[in-house]
Amino acid sequence: MALLEVRDLTVEFHRKGEEPFTAVDRVSFDVEPGQTVGLVGESGCGKSVTSLAIMGLLPKRGAKVSGTVNFEGTDLLRLSDKQLRDKRGRDLGMVFQDPLSSLNPVIPIGLQVTEVLERHQGLSRKAAMVEAADLLDKVGIPDPNRRLSEYPHQLSGGMRQRALIAIALACKPRLLIADEPTTALDVTIQAQILTLLRELVRDLGTALVMITHDLGVVAGLCDEVNVLYAGRVVEKAQRHELFAQPRHPYTHGLLASIPRLDAPRGERLNPIRGSVADNIPWTSGCAFAPRCPNVLDVCTEVTPVQEDIGGGRLLRCHNPVQPEVPQEVSA
Amino acid sequence: MAIGTKKERIDSLAESTADDSGVSLAASAWKRLRRSPVFLFGSFIIVAFIIIAVIAPWIAPHDPSARDLADQVIKARNQIPEPQPGHPLGGDLQGRDFLSRLLVGAQQTLLVGVFATLIGLAGGLALGTLAGAFGGWVDSLVMRIVDVMLSIPQLLLAFGIGALFAKPNLFTVILAVSIVQIPVFARLLRGSMLAQRGSDHVLAATSLGVKPGAIVFRHMLPNSLGPVIVQSTLVLATSIIDAAALSFLGLGNPDDRVPEWGQMLGGAQTVIDTHPQLAFWPAGCIIAIALGFTLVGESLRDALDPKNRR
Repeated sequence: MALLEVRDLTVEFHRKGEEPFTAVDRVSFDVEPGQTVGLVGESGCGKSVTSLAIMGLLPKRGAKVSGTVNFEGTDLLRLSDKQLRDKRGRDLGMVFQDPLSSLNPVIPIGLQVTEVLERHQGLSRKAAMVEAADLLDKVGIPDPNRRLSEYPHQLSGGMRQRALIAIALACKPRLLIADEPTTALDVTIQAQILTLLRELVRDLGTALVMITHDLGVVAGLCDEVNVLYAGRVVEKAQRHELFAQPRHPYTHGLLASIPRLDAPRGERLNPIRGSVADNIPWTSGCAFAPRCPNVLDVCTEVTPVQEDIGGGRLLRCHNPVQPEVPQEVSA
Repeated sequence: MAIGTKKERIDSLAESTADDSGVSLAASAWKRLRRSPVFLFGSFIIVAFIIIAVIAPWIAPHDPSARDLADQVIKARNQIPEPQPGHPLGGDLQGRDFLSRLLVGAQQTLLVGVFATLIGLAGGLALGTLAGAFGGWVDSLVMRIVDVMLSIPQLLLAFGIGALFAKPNLFTVILAVSIVQIPVFARLLRGSMLAQRGSDHVLAATSLGVKPGAIVFRHMLPNSLGPVIVQSTLVLATSIIDAAALSFLGLGNPDDRVPEWGQMLGGAQTVIDTHPQLAFWPAGCIIAIALGFTLVGESLRDALDPKNRR
């Protein structure tokens, strides 16, 4: 049994006087212990909502979550608030996008690390402080004893994200969800943080759900990738297969839009045309159809279903990119 | 310049960055405040008045309730004691030394201002935390009550509450003034608490399984206090003015042996044409102390403004 089994996770946002909006639509995926699974997609595709739904952090009013999220055999969506609180921070950890706003500005770093240790491991403040210094050291923060008494605004961006990772991993959770953990950081720090994450999940055996829009992050970190579009998984594949042979036109477009160092000078960037705003609802065909280069008549009439195309790959497309043309990707 | 220049430059640079380490936001705000002339001027006024209030019994030349100059008062002709040796500001309508009353009056005024603000702050914190922490119908209920109170002009509400008490005394004045301040604090705190509720660090704390009580008191409340702290210095000023207004209208402490500026101002009404100084001095003191608190409040607001944060 997988560590985390997400089945038909659906999140609808209800607003008075408006049609309910389905942000996440029957998303299913598994995470095995120690595995790193990527959720990839552009802004608004539902990847952050998925992570918040798994953690039970969506507001009770207005957001309707259905499906199942089995974590070690327990459905997280059916737990009481108290049971969920006991799991959060201890069994499930989460790292957020913006390290500055995710730290409490009026409390020293040390107390923010010890808070979770005291809460879940029943450590005394003193013992927790020793442990906290150890944790900061582990995530590569130099001079941890001094940093413990400093405030978030005194740390650099990379340092803050390291501190947040230390907090999320303080109780050695079995699952860590990282929601765009490197988006707010500059490129060199991004690489450092990704290396750190990779090492930590390997050493602790923690499973990682990596939420990102950055395919570079996926390439460096994930074992398996789920590509989300408009709240649905459109393609799922092992990392190598996805990069070598994207089948969904959206994935293909994402890969083709990455600027290349070896491209001839003056070559234009190759974006996916249109924007998320052009989507049509999944109920009346394929949401990606208005932007799809491979669009057929059937795409705007029949909703594509998710098909197993072998090798553990899932695909939701009427007219996928044919495997014969992968050379074009690297052109 | 001498050879030491470069080293000095580096030293001063090191100093300016070094004293930034290990400082909380409060400490960095204080650093900015110390250099603000507005704050310095405001706090100078406040400190001066506090010192006067504390040492008034010793520096007052006469007993403020003794009618030393009663023989110089001729009520029918609106004649009151003129300034004279030993009585630099003359006497009041009862023949009591005016300077002594003015000095000792600082005590009552500051007492009322500080206690009314503290009680108002406590009530506002309780209501605002309640509304901001629970949200939902608790929030709606608390805020509707607050809205009703805010819809009545502040001073009018204070008069109304003050008039409820058959026998006004110092405590009823404080109570009337403080109740009026509660809604302002409550609304202010509730607003910043709600903003905190949706903030990333509260979400992050929730994702760590931190219990709701700790979320409210460790993560939301301390981050919401900035505007309330600023407001309380401004409310000190309005409390003093409101209390003076209550006394002026006779809703204050009826025992006029204990001097109070608002009540002195009220007493000066009948002779304001002939002896404007009787109104001028207490009014000037009220304005000065209110100005002091307002200046401190404004500079505090600037110092705590996140936009000014480095």
